[in-house]
Amino acid sequence: MKEVTVEITNESGLHARPATAFTQLAAKFASKVTIAANGKTADAKSILTVLTLGATKGTSVVLTADGGDEDEAVAALSEFLTTNHD
Amino acid sequence: MRIEGISGSRGVAVGNVYKYIQEEIIIPDNTVADSEVENEIGKFATAMAATLKQLDTIRQKALIDMGPEEAAIFEAHMQIAQDPSLSDGIKSLIESTGTNVVSATAQTIDTFAGIFLSMDDPYMRERGADIKDIGDRLMRNMLGMNPRGLSHISGEVILVAPDLTPSDTASLDKNVVKGIITAAGGPTSHAAIMARTLEIPAVMGVGDIESFVDGARAVVLGTDGVALMNPSDEEWTDYSAQAEAFQEELKRLKDSANLDAVTTDGHRVDLFGNIGKAKDADNAVTMGARGIGLYRTEFLYMENDDLPAEDVQFEEYKAVAEKLQGQPVIIRTMDIGGDKELKCLDLSEEMNPFLGYRAIRISLNRPDIFKVQLRALLRASAFGDIHIMYPMIASVEEVKAANAMLDTCKNELRSEGIAFDENIKVGIMIEVPAAAVIAPTLAKYVDFFSIGTNDLCQYTLAVDRMNEAIGHLYQPLHPGVLRLIKGVIDASHEQGKFTGMCGELAGDPMATMILLGLGLDEFSMTASSIPLIKNILRSVSKEECEAVAAHVLTLDTAEEITAYAKSVLEEKGLV
Repeated sequence: MKEVTVEITNESGLHARPATAFTQLAAKFASKVTIAANGKTADAKSILTVLTLGATKGTSVVLTADGGDEDEAVAALSEFLTTNHD
Repeated sequence: MRIEGISGSRGVAVGNVYKYIQEEIIIPDNTVADSEVENEIGKFATAMAATLKQLDTIRQKALIDMGPEEAAIFEAHMQIAQDPSLSDGIKSLIESTGTNVVSATAQTIDTFAGIFLSMDDPYMRERGADIKDIGDRLMRNMLGMNPRGLSHISGEVILVAPDLTPSDTASLDKNVVKGIITAAGGPTSHAAIMARTLEIPAVMGVGDIESFVDGARAVVLGTDGVALMNPSDEEWTDYSAQAEAFQEELKRLKDSANLDAVTTDGHRVDLFGNIGKAKDADNAVTMGARGIGLYRTEFLYMENDDLPAEDVQFEEYKAVAEKLQGQPVIIRTMDIGGDKELKCLDLSEEMNPFLGYRAIRISLNRPDIFKVQLRALLRASAFGDIHIMYPMIASVEEVKAANAMLDTCKNELRSEGIAFDENIKVGIMIEVPAAAVIAPTLAKYVDFFSIGTNDLCQYTLAVDRMNEAIGHLYQPLHPGVLRLIKGVIDASHEQGKFTGMCGELAGDPMATMILLGLGLDEFSMTASSIPLIKNILRSVSKEECEAVAAHVLTLDTAEEITAYAKSVLEEKGLV
């Protein structure tokens, strides 16, 4: 299992379209991936639970991946959260 | 009968009422036996497949009718529909309690929608409505109630509905639906936004649609937010003519994109677009821009933690230059100050950021940053007609210093054997009142001026645009501001230079005739304003605009000037 903590620096946080793109990216990996923030944990492949986190710019989130491609998943997803997409 | 609502989308429409009320979903309350569980889950899969297929059809239609932004809504719908937590929730309810598939779906959808609907953020609440829309579609598919949508209506109708979901709106045909009336919603509801995109007059939030009878005559006064049910014959004739005039106006605006901005006496005006990113250039051109009058480069500095490299900037500038195919592209060098937080530049917070360390003041103090941008701009000039523009100039010394750095960069490129436009034009923004006053001197050192009316007005009138308490004092048509503008234009013409304008005033129809009369050579504005301003420019003569401008300069107050400008436009039927 692989775990990292990152601060969201993407301007619109995990909101709107970035959340859609984030879950689409997560779905590309076979590993089980979760994202935790504000005391809640979400399935990173589920747009609904990711949106309910209410993670905005500056929020610190914990990404956890468990599976064959856990390293790649964590690397790709944390890079996503720290780049701007608008 | 007159029914008051809220304006959703401008314009007038007449037609016969088509009432669109979906058949209510009746959720069965039976449970299924263990042996039936698998079959029940199978029904979910079938309904899901049908739902995704329908959503994809809607998405494709939205892409053609409304563009990629609206289509993205349905892409998001498809993703929500396929969300594992939704399907897992429904399946586990069926498995653990034997709940039937429709009821399990209703319960799961309600749980999720409820979470979103209870959030403070309006964006999140809208997602709640999206989830309900998807849930409804899933359940209708399970129950064999064909979601009838709006695609089968024929003739020309006024659509009357309790509310419209995004998928309803996306499936409607604007050749059939002439107007929209909804019981719920407001100017920011999905239905209103889509109605505006489709240019269908709409009135939202009328509260009660009981009084609208299928097939009866109705009138939509979208601009006023009023609906008329069973109008008198006289009203019907009157509004039918107005509806026709509205359709003609829309057509004229669209056609105008291909027309030149030439006055009735043959004076050609440069009508350009303001953009913030290379990709915005396409839209500006589609709306009829024949050049870019202001390309803001700030985003390059705001997007990343590091300063943008020369190659990154070069690619951006080159992309715009190439898109404009030889038409002018005026690129403003970095215009950033202490009001914006910038990771790549350690700017401290200031008491008065608009009077502080910003724009050209930073650039001149940081040649390491400025020269990177100038080199990128010069290199891109080999691919189109790029003009360089310095922001926030207040003195001759600043222009000289900036031009000296530009010369250094040119020499570097020459010695490196890199191509650039040797005759590249260089201009300045006129936004500091002192610069406007010394425009005759500044004109000696530059090829053009571009008036930034937002800041010029704010500095000249000492009015903070963001301060609501003094909002009424922000008057771009203040006689003091107009006199400065006149002085700048005259100064440029005396030395064979040109003056453009890239502030909001350039896209304000009330100002068009005045500015043309004062001799403004180039108008640059947000893409959506171009058709309207072009229509005015094509309907007037330069000569009459000069008379209007001359009269305006004799008036004492902004109020008088605005009233006069409005009366002239009204007389000519341009508002």
